[in-house]
Amino acid sequence: MKSILLSTVLATLIAGPVLAGKAFISNERGNTVTVVDTDNWEVITEFPVGNRPRGITVSPDGKLLYVCVSDDSVVRVFDTETYEELYTLPSGPDPELFVMHPSGNPLFIANEDDNLVTVTDTETHTILAEIPVGVEPEGMAISPDAKFVVNTSETTNMAHFISTEDYKIKYNVLVDQRPRYAQYSNDGSRLFVTSEIGGTVAVMDIDADGKPTLIKKISFEVPGVQPEWLQPVGAKLTPDGSRLFVALGPANRVAVIDGHSLEVLDYILVGQRVWQLAFTPDMKFLITTNGNSNDITVIDVAREKAIRSVQVGQQPWGVAVID
Amino acid sequence: MLKILALPIAAALLLVSAATVQAVEVKAAVLRVDYPVLLPISRYDLRPADLGFAGAALADEDNSTTGSFLGHTFETTTVAVPPDQADAALDEILAQGIRLIVIQSNGTDLLRLTDHAAKAGALVLNTWAPDTALRDDQCRGNLLHIAPSHGMQADAVAQFAVWKKWDDWFLISGSNPADVALADAYRHAARKFGAKIVEERIFEDTGGSRRTDSGHVLVQRQMPVFTQGARDHDVVIAADETDYFARYLPFHLWTPRPVLGSAGARPTTFHGAHEAWGATQYQTRFENLTGRYVRPEDYNVWLALRVVGEAVTRASTADPQGILDYVLSDEFELAAFKGQKVTFRDWNGQLRQPILLYDGSITVSVSPQDGFLHQVSPLDTMGLDRPESNCTAFN
Repeated sequence: MKSILLSTVLATLIAGPVLAGKAFISNERGNTVTVVDTDNWEVITEFPVGNRPRGITVSPDGKLLYVCVSDDSVVRVFDTETYEELYTLPSGPDPELFVMHPSGNPLFIANEDDNLVTVTDTETHTILAEIPVGVEPEGMAISPDAKFVVNTSETTNMAHFISTEDYKIKYNVLVDQRPRYAQYSNDGSRLFVTSEIGGTVAVMDIDADGKPTLIKKISFEVPGVQPEWLQPVGAKLTPDGSRLFVALGPANRVAVIDGHSLEVLDYILVGQRVWQLAFTPDMKFLITTNGNSNDITVIDVAREKAIRSVQVGQQPWGVAVID
Repeated sequence: MLKILALPIAAALLLVSAATVQAVEVKAAVLRVDYPVLLPISRYDLRPADLGFAGAALADEDNSTTGSFLGHTFETTTVAVPPDQADAALDEILAQGIRLIVIQSNGTDLLRLTDHAAKAGALVLNTWAPDTALRDDQCRGNLLHIAPSHGMQADAVAQFAVWKKWDDWFLISGSNPADVALADAYRHAARKFGAKIVEERIFEDTGGSRRTDSGHVLVQRQMPVFTQGARDHDVVIAADETDYFARYLPFHLWTPRPVLGSAGARPTTFHGAHEAWGATQYQTRFENLTGRYVRPEDYNVWLALRVVGEAVTRASTADPQGILDYVLSDEFELAAFKGQKVTFRDWNGQLRQPILLYDGSITVSVSPQDGFLHQVSPLDTMGLDRPESNCTAFN
């Protein structure tokens, strides 16, 4: 009996670490990625990834970690178990943010310095296309049906809708100053674009053909915080579309917005200069990267409350999470 | 000397809303008046031939990229002339039908040129003259100020000094009229923010060459003596608009103190090492296009033409009055790599903007400083505020 129990314990021990969810946080200044266990919120490790890592994402199967290493002008690919660098992908100069096709291939990368969106094949490791867009491309999103990729250009102040069929721009929508992030709803009927300097979130209805119509701009107000510091950056929408969370940069808050009425419901205090957001796959938690306090804040999604913060590397920027 | 900065326009004109499908041709000019000046103290400050114009080239590129999606084209003519040819150059610009004119000149010439341009219905954007009077009783309804005033510069420095609790100032100013005006702005800033000028000295401009072999030997003996015996002070504030002595102050003071103003940490709109708020991309674009580092003169011209470009993008007009109305409205806002939007004071035409404090290699700080509050915008803690201004041209 004793031996049976022991073997069960052993089996659990061996299986345990594989089941743990992980958050990968890119540290812009630290040149590292911090790995955080999303079950106990302990830091597992921190490993070097190259110069000025920002955009970060994982393959659909959760096995590959992609990091935009801006100052090295490449995307580095790491094993999410061993943290070994596997290979690099050509990205064009100064990659900042990217979005992956739901199938895992290709990768659409914003090149801030070259007014381009680069399309990179993740299997052949070659560039498939370079699409000229507005000045300082940054935010990237892909429609759930994968027919459109949206890029936001920070100085042109537009959302460019690029067809994934011929890589041509089909629509342009002017938004407020310095658009940084774009986020589709899961059913593809809505698109949200944050404008950092404009201080607003543009809401667009997307019709069946993918054509956008600007319907509203959400603005923010926090007593005691100067309006200049309410700078929307990262944004995430719950899969049911009921809640939109928006990181407000130097206002050190995440706004909670009703996804249907588009009213701002609450502001959750997080760390300093909050950049990007990611949900855990079970949708229980929202993780924020706080660039000026070197930590992440964990928000309980159901309760809409910050529950803890975890110290990570220097100037955390992006975050990606796996099961 | 006319040079056209024509730029290739991207072909794709794909639009969302019919309201924005409206071809607009935007023609602007940059008129730069080159005054006979002595060489700067530092070789790093030698004036490149394309000073200011390089900013116009980048603005045309940026505006044209955006314009390519909307059917708007941008073309900027650049002209550099000696002072006695400034009026003729303006006439030529106006004769070409150009009504959007960026002027880089001193305040006296700017005022005369602006009044002449007003007769032709042209809008003028001031990218250099810092005279406070131009934002005060000498303001003009067709004149927008991209350049910060002496008051904004002095207030930016004063806020930093006060934030540091360097409240006792030793003000050293030059003897030329521009230096005197700048010193006045520092006196005003001291009163405004509660600092105290405990000692004031004037370093006389006795003329002569700026360049002498091993001149540092004399500087090292001269400056300590000049600054000897000053009442106890926390900081030296230098007001040397004409750039003939302030650069010699750091390290050569009798009492070791930091220097702010025309040397040490200097107020500026922009510099080639500024990287915060996405400015790295601006620097890379500028350097790729021009092969050199950006100067504040370039940035100011770029910003002037981006103001125009933003108005054209949003209001779909190249009409000077239409642009003026839009940029003075609450609708107008522009990202300028300074961490917050820049807007205009609709009562005197001055652009509100953060001021960088620059030590010659990095951004030391950015004003307005934390804790300096204002009922309209913290940016209005710098420069003439509405109740102080005697400007009525915008009423």
